[in-house]
Amino acid sequence: MNDQIILRVISKMFIPFILLFALYVQFHGDFGPGGGFQAGVIFAAAFVLYGLVFGVEAAKRVAHPAILQWCVAIGLLIFAGTGVAGILLGGNFLDYGVLDSHDPVHGQHLGILLVELGVGMTVAAVMLTAFLCFAGRRPS
Amino acid sequence: MIELIDLSLLLFLAVIAVVVARLRNLFAVVLVMGFYSLVAAALFTVLDAVDVAFTEAAVGAGISTVIVLGALLLTTSEEKPQPVRVMPFVVVVFTGAALIFATLDMPSYGDPEAPIHKHVAPRYIEDSGREIGVPNIVTSVLASYRGYDTLGETAVIFTAGVGVLMMIGRALRFKDNGEESDA
Repeated sequence: MNDQIILRVISKMFIPFILLFALYVQFHGDFGPGGGFQAGVIFAAAFVLYGLVFGVEAAKRVAHPAILQWCVAIGLLIFAGTGVAGILLGGNFLDYGVLDSHDPVHGQHLGILLVELGVGMTVAAVMLTAFLCFAGRRPS
Repeated sequence: MIELIDLSLLLFLAVIAVVVARLRNLFAVVLVMGFYSLVAAALFTVLDAVDVAFTEAAVGAGISTVIVLGALLLTTSEEKPQPVRVMPFVVVVFTGAALIFATLDMPSYGDPEAPIHKHVAPRYIEDSGREIGVPNIVTSVLASYRGYDTLGETAVIFTAGVGVLMMIGRALRFKDNGEESDA
């Protein structure tokens, strides 16, 4: 779609706002609807829009496949690592209350922030990987 | 008024489902399926399940439409005409009738005496403010009380990503030879 000047300009204008909205959904999930899963999908949607308008090869250069593959695993490891940190600090697996030595509620906030970050990372990376894999294939 | 909105949205869903079943052009089917997800998201919003509606709109109407369109590039754009078969139709009608019959036993919508409002929900509503301190109870249930489930869901998504990578991950290699061949 390289000749579609309106699409190119409008999508360039929209992509920063889509990314910003994804971050808002990610970090505002404690107060309103949203959370890691939705934020990850919206974050990936910005790159999908870029890939649709500017081509899959250009999208691969922005969201490098090697980094994506790392993010798929790191997100899940952040989630599981938060759980293991609870064990190491003397609580149960995925018990966030012990993460803060003074106030269990602060520990819960920290734990939820971390696991939502992990969910968002894995979801965004998996969605983008699936898009790039399918869109990068050509019928043989 | 709210019943009218519910009914029209449900009717809309049924119409879209029939359209999807009858359409032969796969490109149109994918787009109409995305529309189905959007109407379902509107229905979830009316039912006050905004978190679910959000996910349905983002995943069902957004990402999965794009991914299925990408998959459509690899196949034909027209479904082959199939002969009308009676047995699958009978099975579908029977299953649908059984499901509708089962809903007659369900508590009516918003009934405070429904079992689902009597189990752990009151405890979450009363104690999550003190224990978790997060205003959105959905988030505190998903991330903290039901953290095991969410960890499992994330592992499922991780597994799906690994599966895609193992099957068609070669498509991620850079096409323009030379300058970016290190990936």
